Amino acid sequence: MFQTRIHGRGGQGVVTAAEMLSIAAFLENRHAQAFPNFGSERTGAPVVAFCRIDDKEIRLREPVMAPDAVIIQDPTLLQQVNVFQGLRQDGFMLINSARNYETLGIADVAGTMNPLRCVCVPATELALKFLGRPMPNAVLLGAFARLSGRLAVDSVVAAVRTKFSGVVAEKNITAARAAFDEVARQLTQQAGATHS
Amino acid sequence: MTLKQIEGSQGVAEAVALCRPEVICAYPISPQTHIVEGLGEMVKVGQLRAEFLNVESEFAAMSVAIGSSAAGARTYTATASQGLLFMAEAVFNAAGLGLPIVMTIANRAIGAPINIWNDHSDSMSLRDCGWIQLFAETNQEAIDLHIQAFKLAEELSVPVMVCMDGFILTHAYERVDVPLQEQVDAFLPSFEPRQVLDPARPVSIGAMVGPEAYTEVRVLAHAKQIQALTLIPEIAAQFKAHFGRDSGGLIKPYCCEGAHTVVIALGSVLGTIKDVVDELRTQGCAIGVLGITSFRPFPLTEIRQALQGCQRVLVLEKSFAVGVGGIVATNVRMALDGTGQKVLTVVAGLGGRAITKSSLAATLTAAMNDLLEPFSFMDLQQEVIDRALGRERQIRRSGPVAESVLRDIGSVASQIC
Repeated sequence: MFQTRIHGRGGQGVVTAAEMLSIAAFLENRHAQAFPNFGSERTGAPVVAFCRIDDKEIRLREPVMAPDAVIIQDPTLLQQVNVFQGLRQDGFMLINSARNYETLGIADVAGTMNPLRCVCVPATELALKFLGRPMPNAVLLGAFARLSGRLAVDSVVAAVRTKFSGVVAEKNITAARAAFDEVARQLTQQAGATHS
Repeated sequence: MTLKQIEGSQGVAEAVALCRPEVICAYPISPQTHIVEGLGEMVKVGQLRAEFLNVESEFAAMSVAIGSSAAGARTYTATASQGLLFMAEAVFNAAGLGLPIVMTIANRAIGAPINIWNDHSDSMSLRDCGWIQLFAETNQEAIDLHIQAFKLAEELSVPVMVCMDGFILTHAYERVDVPLQEQVDAFLPSFEPRQVLDPARPVSIGAMVGPEAYTEVRVLAHAKQIQALTLIPEIAAQFKAHFGRDSGGLIKPYCCEGAHTVVIALGSVLGTIKDVVDELRTQGCAIGVLGITSFRPFPLTEIRQALQGCQRVLVLEKSFAVGVGGIVATNVRMALDGTGQKVLTVVAGLGGRAITKSSLAATLTAAMNDLLEPFSFMDLQQEVIDRALGRERQIRRSGPVAESVLRDIGSVASQIC
């Protein structure tokens, strides 16, 4: 089972992101379960949503406390919520930010993890560029497909199309693919740095 | 059939629509709202031909349901928590009048203290009102139980509540198999009421009944519930024949063969319990699970049979009777009357407290080793209780309880659960 926890703020599409992730997995004939950490869905308030993916039926209903991956949609949460709670050391960490771990104040956490499984992606900037709106959720899923290698980006694209239609869907998809490429670029660079 | 990855509420809305309801009354309350929203949308776009009534309260919702059902229309509504309590008088009337309304309860705690999260306090507060109560374990079962509920309700002329855990199921996206319209049409005949307000053949429904007959009318309501004990498994078998899967029925034993300890629960927590029991089984523990799907009628005989041979029963409840203890456990004890089997009660998941595998494993292990109190609360912060009681002993004007406990616990916003 692969468990992802998504942190963000109300209005950023955190719950929708987890749902789309589950749909992408479903489209690859896998079992998936997405659900929000209920109750705090107010604009601007910290919101958490979860997605489990497995090859068999998922019966477990507890919140994801030991995630294989965390997606941080809003870096201002890093100092407010224990977003890394239970994250495995060999897990994946995807942060929506144009900054680096040092300036985000999480160099200590990032230092303990596999650098090939952690990236900062400027998803809000990509969303503004392609959508004209600061909605980072679908964009981050494109990045997540590349970082985790667990889902084809085309499945993410298809999932985005179930939630959005027309121009909005297409713009989200363009931004998601750009984020996918950005992660690929960063990982190549990182692999080179690790190698040398 | 069509496999879909959708929200539980959407799945239920689609299942209800497939049952061709003629009247849907809606008053929004979390976590039920997405269900009637989904149905409202289907009516608006013309996908579903039904009267969709936005009413001014839950009391009105059930009153409208009573009227439309008495007029011979297949009728559906949904509610939760305070909404169910607000319609309570009409809920009893629907049962007393024998009107086959189907209602979803998106299970949620009851205030005060106000709490929007899941537990079973709402359904349990009206367990004895005369409605049949079926509890869904998964979103697939929630879909299937609604389709079975209309058939059951109309066959007996008794209303049915389908209870599904609020948020945990209603707001969860998971894979469901949504039946096709022709499959549901073949399974569920059109509504042939046993009683109907028909100008051509006038009757009155709702007579005043004095001491001369009240007992008999009430006992007839009980007789309907007893008939349901036979009909529920029959309908589940018919459902399997039509749709090819096991859903519904009275109880669901899991790994009960040879089990010395059996955990009993209702609803979505059964999945997490099964995962824990699988792990305990691989460690050699003789433990099993018994899910109760039909809480009303309560299948006394079937439960007694399923528990034959086990030494102790642990009833895990998402509600409790303040001043006494377990509700489900009290019923289970009745089923085990005279057997000498030990019945333990653990209350868990109140007001949305997460029921985790690790806490379950610890609780089940304690039960197997006879280390669990007869009545306990899982993951209780006993020190918080002790401090609150201490404050009350010290100060006469100790203030409102909920506020005092929140102050004591402090901010928990940084924690995941």
